[in-house]
Amino acid sequence: MSLRTVRALVLRYLYLYTRTPVRIVELIFWPLVHLLVWGYLTRFLQQNIGDDFPHEITFLIGAVILWDILFRAQQGVAIFFLEDVWSRNLLNIFAAPVTNADYLGSTYAVGMMRATVTSVMLGGLSVLFYSFNIFQLSWALIPFVFNLLIFGWALGMISTALIVRWGPAAETLAWAVPFFIQPFAAVYYPVDYLPTALQWIAKALPCSYVFEGMRGVLTDGVVNWKELGIATLLNFFYLGLAGLLFVRVMLKGREKGLLTKFASQ
Amino acid sequence: MHPPVLRVRELTKHFGNVTSVDGVSFDIFRGEVLGLLGANGAGKTTAINMVLGIVTPTGGRIEVFGKELMANRIEVLRQMNFCSTYTQLPGNLRIWQNLKVFGQIYRVPNLNSRIDEVLEMLEISHLKKRVSGELSAGEGTRLNLCKALLNRPRLLLLDEPTASLDPDIADKVRRVVKRIRDEEGTTILYTSHNMRDVEEVCDRVVFMHRGKVLFTGTSEETLHHFKEESLEDVFIRVARGGDIESKGEIEEASK
Repeated sequence: MSLRTVRALVLRYLYLYTRTPVRIVELIFWPLVHLLVWGYLTRFLQQNIGDDFPHEITFLIGAVILWDILFRAQQGVAIFFLEDVWSRNLLNIFAAPVTNADYLGSTYAVGMMRATVTSVMLGGLSVLFYSFNIFQLSWALIPFVFNLLIFGWALGMISTALIVRWGPAAETLAWAVPFFIQPFAAVYYPVDYLPTALQWIAKALPCSYVFEGMRGVLTDGVVNWKELGIATLLNFFYLGLAGLLFVRVMLKGREKGLLTKFASQ
Repeated sequence: MHPPVLRVRELTKHFGNVTSVDGVSFDIFRGEVLGLLGANGAGKTTAINMVLGIVTPTGGRIEVFGKELMANRIEVLRQMNFCSTYTQLPGNLRIWQNLKVFGQIYRVPNLNSRIDEVLEMLEISHLKKRVSGELSAGEGTRLNLCKALLNRPRLLLLDEPTASLDPDIADKVRRVVKRIRDEEGTTILYTSHNMRDVEEVCDRVVFMHRGKVLFTGTSEETLHHFKEESLEDVFIRVARGGDIESKGEIEEASK
C-alpha cells in the first residue's frame, strides 16, 4: 500500500465534502434524527416504566452512537466507490497506478473520518440533551470502537463487491447491507431476547458482542474482555473474508468488463 | 531499432459467447501515433481497456516498455495515461483540485507548476478555479486531456478525444497531440471516428473489423490496399463489412 496514493484519494474525498456542504447534512442529519428519536424514547421509558432500570435504559442512546460508528465506517467504503461511479470517474481511478490495497486503505481512512465526525457530534449532543456521557464506557470504548470500525469496513467491502458484481442496479445495497444484520446484532436489545436459532446468527456477528458489552458496562460496570476477544477474532475473520471477496470480484470485474460497464452508465 | 513501446500479440477477449477482440497484434514505437480504427463494436475500446489493465484478456500478451503488463501493472501505469470521451473528472471539484489529486496519484514532481503548464497547453488556464461540472463539453474534454498529460506519459491512450469538440477546439487538440509527440517523444494510441483527425495526426493506422485486424499500414498504404480515395471511404467500406469478408481480406490480413 502506498501512503501517497492513499493520501491523494482521501484528499479527493475531502475536496468533495468541502465543495458540497450539502453532503455534510447526510453525515449529521440522519444520526441526529436517530439520536433525538431514541433519546426521547429513552426519557419517556425512564419516566414511565418504573424504577426497575431507570439508569440502564440509557443504553439505547449508547446503542445509537455505537451503531452509527459501524454504519459510517461501512458507508465510507461503499459510498467512496459509488462517488466514482456517479461522477463517471471510475475508469480514471482504476486505470491509474492505484492498487486494491491503496483503494481500500483510502476507503478505510474515509470511513474512520466519517465515524469520527458523527460520533463526536452524537457524543456531545447526548451529554447536552440527555446527560448521557459515552465516556462512561471508559477504556472499553476503545475496543468497542475498534471492533465496530473493522466490522463496518468488512461490511463496506462486501457491499461494494456486491455492487460491482450485480451492477449499478444494486447501488441500494450500499445503504441496505448494515440493516440486513441489524435485527441480529443485538443493538437495542440483548441477544437472549432473540429466538434460539437467531441467537446463533447473533453470536456469529462481532458487533453483537460490542452491544452486549456496552450494556454490561452500563449495567454492572464490568467489561467482558473474553467476549471482546471473540469479537476481535471474528472481525479479523470477516475482514479477511471480505477482502478476499473484494479482490475476487475485482478480478472477475476485469475479466467480465464490469468496471467499464459502470463507466458507460 | 528500438523495441516497441507497446507490443500486442494475439490479443483476444471473449465476453461469454461473444468474441470482442480476436487475435489482434500490433506494435507502436517511440514517438509514433498509431490510429486504431473501426466501426462501433469493432473492438477498439475493449483493446484499449485491456492495454490499460481494466479488462483482462482471454488470451494473448501485452508488453509495455518491454514488460508484461499485468505482472508490472502499477509500475507501467505510472508512465502511461489515458483520456476517453467516456470518462469525466468529478464534477463537484474545481479544475485545480481534480488535477492536484491525479497529479499526486501519478506522483508528478513540481505539481503546481505542471498543472499551470498543462492548463496553458490546452488553453484553459482561465478556468483553473472553475468547478469541473460547470464546463462545456469541449472544456471538459480538454480538462481530461490535461489529466492525461500531467505525468508526461511515455505512452498515451486517447479514445476519441475530439468526439464532442467543435472544429476549432478539435484543431487545437490535434496540435497538442502533435506537439507532445514531437517535443516529448510521447507514443500515442489514438482512436477516432473522425478520419480528418487520423489523417492529420496518425503515422500508421490499424483497421479493425469485428474484433480482428483487417489492415495495418500508413494512410497511403491503407488507401492503396483498399483502392479507395480517402480514409473515410475505407472506413465506410470496412464498417459495412460484407464485401470485405467475401473477398477474404480478413483472412488474408490475419495470415
